Amino acid sequence: MNKAIHMSLPDATTPTDPSANIVSVRGITKFYGSDVHALEDVNLDFPTGQMTTLLGPSGCGKTTLLKIIAGLLETTSGEVMVKGKAVTSPGPERAFVFQDFALLPWATVTRNVAFGLELTGVPLKEREAKAKSYIDKVGLSGFEDKYPHELSGGVRQRVGLARALAVDADVLLMDEPFSAVDEQNRRKFQEDLLHLLSVENKTVIFVTHSIEEAVYVSDQIVLLSPRPGRIHSIIRPELDRSSSPDDIRRDKVYLDTVEEIWGNIREYLD
Amino acid sequence: MTTTTSPGVVSAESSEGTAGLKLSGLQLRLISIVGFFLAWEISGHVPISPAFPTFSGTMMAMFEMIFDGSLFLAYFETLKPLLLGVGISAFFGVTIGVSMGLNKKSRWLWEPIFVVLQASPVAALIPLITYAYGIGITAKTVAVIILASPIIVLNTYKAVGNASPVLVQMSRAFQGTRMQEIWKVIIPNAAPVIFAGLRLGVAAGFIGVILAELLITPTGIGDIISYNRSIAKYPHMYAAVLSIIVFSAVMVGMLEKAEVKYFRPEKKRGQ
Ligand SMILES: Nc1ncnc2c1ncn2[C@@H]1O[C@H](COP(=O)(O)OP(=O)(O)O)[C@@H](O)[C@H]1O
Ligand SMILES: [Mg+2]
Repeated sequence: MNKAIHMSLPDATTPTDPSANIVSVRGITKFYGSDVHALEDVNLDFPTGQMTTLLGPSGCGKTTLLKIIAGLLETTSGEVMVKGKAVTSPGPERAFVFQDFALLPWATVTRNVAFGLELTGVPLKEREAKAKSYIDKVGLSGFEDKYPHELSGGVRQRVGLARALAVDADVLLMDEPFSAVDEQNRRKFQEDLLHLLSVENKTVIFVTHSIEEAVYVSDQIVLLSPRPGRIHSIIRPELDRSSSPDDIRRDKVYLDTVEEIWGNIREYLD
Repeated sequence: MTTTTSPGVVSAESSEGTAGLKLSGLQLRLISIVGFFLAWEISGHVPISPAFPTFSGTMMAMFEMIFDGSLFLAYFETLKPLLLGVGISAFFGVTIGVSMGLNKKSRWLWEPIFVVLQASPVAALIPLITYAYGIGITAKTVAVIILASPIIVLNTYKAVGNASPVLVQMSRAFQGTRMQEIWKVIIPNAAPVIFAGLRLGVAAGFIGVILAELLITPTGIGDIISYNRSIAKYPHMYAAVLSIIVFSAVMVGMLEKAEVKYFRPEKKRGQ
């Protein structure tokens, strides 16, 4: 039985098809200063409408790669293509969900969710209505007038997610969105996220260091090896997503894929 | 210098006290105030020194000066240079501080001036102001500015320079312009420390104006203090000192209210 399909790595010369891959990165190398070599020659395609996970131990350059794709960090060399065009700064096609939430402490949940719209000049009434609809979608009804310090980590991250959804970007960049959430809520969030994304039709680039999480949520998993970060392998878990969350987690394909990735990671941890 | 810093110190403490108004906290505060006045009254009766009046005597003198209008006239004189000086220090101080936090060249230009001003015993310079600006309102205003502005500038600079990089990055990720980043993220983020600087600046401004009135031009509250001391009417002297401490504390407290109202709405709801 074909449990997971391995893809060949795209190299720098592979032409990208913008209709199939909404985001592509070519030959990304990143140094911080002169001696921290964070990424080395990363080539990746992110298929439109799919969820790709960047997986790897901490410090392997996941956040760096995600922020480069977001246009928040400069590359040392290489380029990021979004819808076939090279980009070097943030744009309306991409929205970011921060690991540490990055909410404005002095703003209510509503204003935080609407902040992306506020920055692009959407009129108050309109952006508040839009914020409200996403507040409801991520399950934050009743929290509209709360301030971030009144919320738990999990709830704050939902605010961050709603803010990213509200700007209606095609690509959602999420940096370990569930790292501040306890295990029980984490599973619930993963399910909620999958449900939400099936409705919203987004391309998602998702960073995590949890193998289980990666296998559970992803169409495509990019395993990075540490320092400097390189692509170790790309895995496509072929899970039957129509079954219930509990069944998926008991599915043989799910369990085998988790084991296989763990085996890969053990290779370079030794 | 030690005697002159006391009004500022006292007002800074009482401003902290007005922070979270809770019933039990309020009661505790009242007990502390009543206890202080009681101790004052008792030690006035002991007496510690013939120049140390009782609390009740001081209050009587205060009422006397309120009803004959002399206290108001004095405040009118004192407040003109104080408000002018504090206003100028606040406006230019925050502007300069923000520019220093955002811009390296501005930092190079201003930092030495204000660091030196803050570090030097400015009270000693106040008599020199007389040579440059005479003995009028200008001299008093300059004294206020010299004392109030360094702390406002340096606090603002520090606050803006340490703006949360995560929030700045967030603003960029959502395509905020540099101007939006400054106005919607950096300045609100820096507001608590800027306001802390403003409160200290106001307290320092009070020191400046009283010093000027004691050392340069015998007018206003400073004049009431030195005149009553010279004729040994100690209750009146203490009443003037007490009134300026209370006044400074109230002004600093009002500043805190304004901060919470306009910049820190999330603080309105306590824990
Ligand atoms: N601003 C920075 N300056 C210097 N080194 C950095 C900086 N940011 C990250 N690094 C280093 O780059 C490497 C990759 O970091 P990061 O992308 O945050 O990893 P991950 O998200 O996978 O944990 C780490 O070794 C980290 O210490
Ligand atoms: Mg990271």
